[in-house]
Amino acid sequence: MATNPIGAPLQKPVQERESVVIRFAGDSGDGMQLTGMQFTTESVLAGNDIGTLPDFPAEIRAPAGTLYGVSAFQVNFSSKNVYTAGDDLDALVVMNPAALKTNLPDLKPNGILIYDTAEFTESNLKKAEYTQNPLEDGSLDKYQVYPVEITKITTLALKDLNLPNRSVMRCRNFFALGVVSWLFNRPIEPTQKWIKERFRRNPEVMEANLRALQAGYHYGENTEIFASSYEVKPAPIAPGTYRNITGNTATALGFLAAAYKAGLPLFLGSYPITPASDVLHELATFKNFNVYTFQAEDEIAGVGSALGAAFGGAIGITTTAGPGMNLKAETIGLAAAVELPLVITDIQRAGPSTGMPTKPEQADLLQALYGRHGEAPLPVIAAATPADCFYAAFEAVRIAVKYMTPVILLTDGYLANASEPWLLPAVSDLPEIKVEFRTDPHGFFPYLRDETTLARPWVRPGTPGLEHRIGGLEKDYLTGNISYAPLNHEQMVRVRYRKMAKITQDIPPTKIDGPDRGKLLVIGWGSTYGSIAAAVKEFQEQGKAVSHVHLRYLNPLPADLGGIIARFDKVLVPEMNMGQLLRVLRAEYLVDAVGLNKIQGRPFKVAEIAARIARMLEE
Amino acid sequence: MSTASAPKLTRKDFVTDQDVRWCPGCGDYSILAQVQKVFPELGVPRENIVFISGIGCSSRFPYYMNTYGFHSIHGRAPAIATGLKVSRPDLMVWVVTGDGDGLSIGGNHLIHALRRNVDLKILLFNNRIYGLTKGQYSPTSELGKITKSTPLGSADHPLNPLLLALGADATFIARTIDVEAKHQQDIIRRAAEHKGSAFVEILQNCNVYNDGAFAALTDRETKADTQLVLEHGKPMIFGKNRDRGIRLNGLTPEVVTLGNGVSTADLLVHDEHDPVIAFLLSRMAPPEFPTPIGVLRVEQKPTFDALMNRQIEEAKAKFGEGDLEKLLHRGDVWTVP
Repeated sequence: MATNPIGAPLQKPVQERESVVIRFAGDSGDGMQLTGMQFTTESVLAGNDIGTLPDFPAEIRAPAGTLYGVSAFQVNFSSKNVYTAGDDLDALVVMNPAALKTNLPDLKPNGILIYDTAEFTESNLKKAEYTQNPLEDGSLDKYQVYPVEITKITTLALKDLNLPNRSVMRCRNFFALGVVSWLFNRPIEPTQKWIKERFRRNPEVMEANLRALQAGYHYGENTEIFASSYEVKPAPIAPGTYRNITGNTATALGFLAAAYKAGLPLFLGSYPITPASDVLHELATFKNFNVYTFQAEDEIAGVGSALGAAFGGAIGITTTAGPGMNLKAETIGLAAAVELPLVITDIQRAGPSTGMPTKPEQADLLQALYGRHGEAPLPVIAAATPADCFYAAFEAVRIAVKYMTPVILLTDGYLANASEPWLLPAVSDLPEIKVEFRTDPHGFFPYLRDETTLARPWVRPGTPGLEHRIGGLEKDYLTGNISYAPLNHEQMVRVRYRKMAKITQDIPPTKIDGPDRGKLLVIGWGSTYGSIAAAVKEFQEQGKAVSHVHLRYLNPLPADLGGIIARFDKVLVPEMNMGQLLRVLRAEYLVDAVGLNKIQGRPFKVAEIAARIARMLEE
Repeated sequence: MSTASAPKLTRKDFVTDQDVRWCPGCGDYSILAQVQKVFPELGVPRENIVFISGIGCSSRFPYYMNTYGFHSIHGRAPAIATGLKVSRPDLMVWVVTGDGDGLSIGGNHLIHALRRNVDLKILLFNNRIYGLTKGQYSPTSELGKITKSTPLGSADHPLNPLLLALGADATFIARTIDVEAKHQQDIIRRAAEHKGSAFVEILQNCNVYNDGAFAALTDRETKADTQLVLEHGKPMIFGKNRDRGIRLNGLTPEVVTLGNGVSTADLLVHDEHDPVIAFLLSRMAPPEFPTPIGVLRVEQKPTFDALMNRQIEEAKAKFGEGDLEKLLHRGDVWTVP
């Protein structure tokens, strides 16, 4: 226990908060992603529900101190259920002026602002394009501002270690983490454990980081800069074992689990692309699960190799983002024609063209649905949250092998990098994926279809007596031999459509969050789930007849969706695009649905959706 | 791959019931016939053989082989074949492609399959023309080629398939000619036996759009003077009277006539394992030189598919067979009571 100047024990008051949204922002070299992730771990171990949102620059090593070099990590931790990483910030930690400039607009009035005094030099202010010092011109008056000598005290704490200045500077993020860990009553033991593990081969750096963390914590506790600390009580969380997971890791694990359940090798053919590469990195570490990861020469070879593996009887998958989808389109069409199982994952980012590679968007939906030549319908499945990527990836594989069809899985750059606690499923509780390769030559035809699924047989090369040829040319309805017969072609086009329709038998009844009829139905898909769910909940708590349907299956659409839509007066479709699902719903159900569109490379804020809901309820 | 007890196969076992739809007189017929003749001798069960092709006249090939087959899309056969071979190393995978499919639209996949040394047998039918699209010039057409798309002659310098394969460090590089039945059979057999990517350029006559492209090479009267038939360990001799040969003058090959003080001992001896000789041969072209046919280069190195599968075996040995339950619980997990 520390003592105050007159010798009495100092016990600072603790204020309770329902939830807190905090953002760490600094230069890309300041370790903000790491700081944010550690703060997240501390928070989940404190029992909170959490949502996180990393925001990093596209540049690998942007010049220090520049506006475009700012990297940030946002954590929403709460004593209630969390749906998003939070709208506006309750607290902001900035390591330099550039971080202040780019992040201050998101801080709530009276929000907590912590900054490193040493970094507000004339040259850093200039790099951040400040013409006057924001610390002095009154522009921070509406916030609770805490100047902290992060650089100075970290340097003092590490003085006798005789580390080069560069190494000392790299410990500042742990000092900052120490300060906010105290401020929000987070346990620092998980971070201490992590530092010890991470730097076990480098005892000096380990010691330095541990000291910086400790120094920051004591700084909060002992100095008079903070009058009180804050506490966020544990959230009511369902019992079970959890881990924090990002969407990309969940996607990788979902594919792995599906192949595991199917008892088949997994083959990923992929070409590096932001924000999809982490799925490749992740799966490359699971070789002992019979996982082949092939870094192909280009996007086309990525999908081509996966299709070749599928022809050979493996679970073939490929991962990419929008630009790669364009390149893969011809091969996806081939997969549709030869009717082999294949999963194509599009981790959507802001386009067109290179666009904003690190920023999310939902503008590839129409491409996924229609982006092929000819009539080539495919199932399209979307993930709603980071942990949901696991189930979406799993389901994509299940549908692909059951119906012998390529399936497109849509996630996005937000889901890819954001994280949330995931209640770990028991492997035995996951759905079965039954694969029966055809081995009986008697009565075999390559395009003889199963009556309930319209799937053609999957034959592994190497099976005697079943030698056959498949290809992209139109083929006879039964024998698979090349056929240009006019009526046969129409029959083939129609059966490929009918097969899609059959998949509706696998779609569970649509879950309606809220009353099953009423004033307003909000329909979403993909990563907007959290923002929509949180916004809709606000109105439901006020007793308003607002409901939410979030679509996992974009093609085919659930059979009951039309009926549900008809029971509501109005339909709102928030999307991070110009209204792509909106167009589909209007065409499919002749419903006068309204779009809410945000195309900023950023997820919706809850308030943005809530404002639109409020307006529609008034109209 | 081969099974001792397998019944002896015949040429007929490799023939499908599909009508062969190449133009009458096309060089592809001869290639199909030689492949179907050699395959029964390979000792590989039919069901363990896969033919993968792209788009073009040559790419119709899989339909006529009674094995597993995949007629894919333009240029992509090596990529599809790579995925298949890596995940199914037990299969013998052949790629059939052409000068447009393999060297133009699919050039990227071809070079990467070769440099990775995927255990694929790649037959590239080179007729120096686009046949299926009815007669445009191809990347191997000679400069100034007059076609429908180049009425004033093409302005492109042609690509040399053997040099490309050498540049990609292919471990087996050979050239043969559609009408040289016996030679072709030997080369197909050698390619089949090679462990690694085998690249075979087959000079093939398109009698509709580029008839006689290789006439000088195949004409009975001239071929002895225009073909240099390579044999490992043998001096490079050619000519109707077997009196001409290739000699090295410094680093430059030259054609010499035997006699007048020039003997066989002065001639360059073919060595399939010498990449420098392969390079010199790949650049020899008429009118200055005869056209080399045969195996230019053979090298043994680990195949991509074997290395990829070895990684899986090593990972299993190190970490044990994957346990999904354990994997899901890896890292920082916490339990809510």
